Amino acid sequence: MRVHLHPQRRTVEVQGRRRVGQLLTELGILPGTAMVIRGEFLLTEGEVLEDVDEVEIRAVISGGTG
Amino acid sequence: MKCTRCRAKAEVELRAHNAGFCRPCYLFYFRRQVERAIAAERMFTHDERLLVAVSGGKDSLALWDVLAECGYATTGLYLGLGIGAYSARSHEKALKFAEQRELELRVVTLEEEGPGLAIPDVAAATRRVPCSACGTMKRHFFDTAALAGGFEVLVTGHNLDDEAARLMGNVLRWQRDHLARQRPVLPATHPKFVRKVKPLYLISEYETAVYAFMRGIDYIVEECPNAVGATQLLYKDVLNRLEHASPGTKQAFVQEFFRSGQPAFAAVENEEPQVCGQCGMPAYGTLCSFCRLVRQVEARRSPPGAAAPA
Repeated sequence: MRVHLHPQRRTVEVQGRRRVGQLLTELGILPGTAMVIRGEFLLTEGEVLEDVDEVEIRAVISGGTG
Repeated sequence: MKCTRCRAKAEVELRAHNAGFCRPCYLFYFRRQVERAIAAERMFTHDERLLVAVSGGKDSLALWDVLAECGYATTGLYLGLGIGAYSARSHEKALKFAEQRELELRVVTLEEEGPGLAIPDVAAATRRVPCSACGTMKRHFFDTAALAGGFEVLVTGHNLDDEAARLMGNVLRWQRDHLARQRPVLPATHPKFVRKVKPLYLISEYETAVYAFMRGIDYIVEECPNAVGATQLLYKDVLNRLEHASPGTKQAFVQEFFRSGQPAFAAVENEEPQVCGQCGMPAYGTLCSFCRLVRQVEARRSPPGAAAPA
């Protein structure tokens, strides 16, 4: 499957069926720090991804101060 | 996973609340959380005029969206920080949001203020960390814009993660004066201050991002280039690791501080603001922090041997 990482603007290819939570772990991303988006919908950690899927992982952390 | 409210397929899981929601129920849940915070902390009423500080990011635009949907009298304030392409894109997002909803947006551009106060220039001239200079600028221009516009309340999009990271920083250094002033509602302690409120203070960044996504809000996803390596991001990372191991930690940390810790600090740290000798705004000293910063910029830009600015 193709995974687009934002805001890094990087795309990685991942082989094999797996759950969203497992994909996040493999990419070193903590659940709750990024949204996983397939098409127009968000995915929960238990959703299964297939090889043909294309997803976006969008980080939600922002900051500096003030 | 099924929606906690209606048992339809859930689109989002909130481990801290041990809940999952489908899209319609999540939007209902999010608005209700914001409305509960406003009511519980008596932040403002429908009769008051609100100035909403917007950055083009997910938090401030999600908040403005909820407030407008709830029928509050809102005006947006965008502060152009002068951070190159990042500021140009964030301005564009804020403008587009306001235009689509026919909301009023006021704009203050730092390059055009004082001696020219774009954040990178100020940081370079004063050798301060950009985030620190940025915070001082925001506080000053938010205060002056609220006062000049006759608004009763200044509303900011600080969320649970912002508050938890700030609290962690204040606790690690035991900054008692900062701890005394960290609260979801800061009353107007001076005739030139308006009330400042944070309706998202118990709502996580993830939750605001999900709301913005579900509402189709076009916000700036990229991070401020100056925030790379910022201490606040380190604190957020630590807190997110704690949250992952023990869901609900961030909320308990912040909520219990506001309930138990903050009043104790406020009781002993009650210094009243004076008046800045330069701009007339409230100050803790002879000059406010903004005017001190501007003086540093002017001094560094003055050619050697030139008279110091008045």
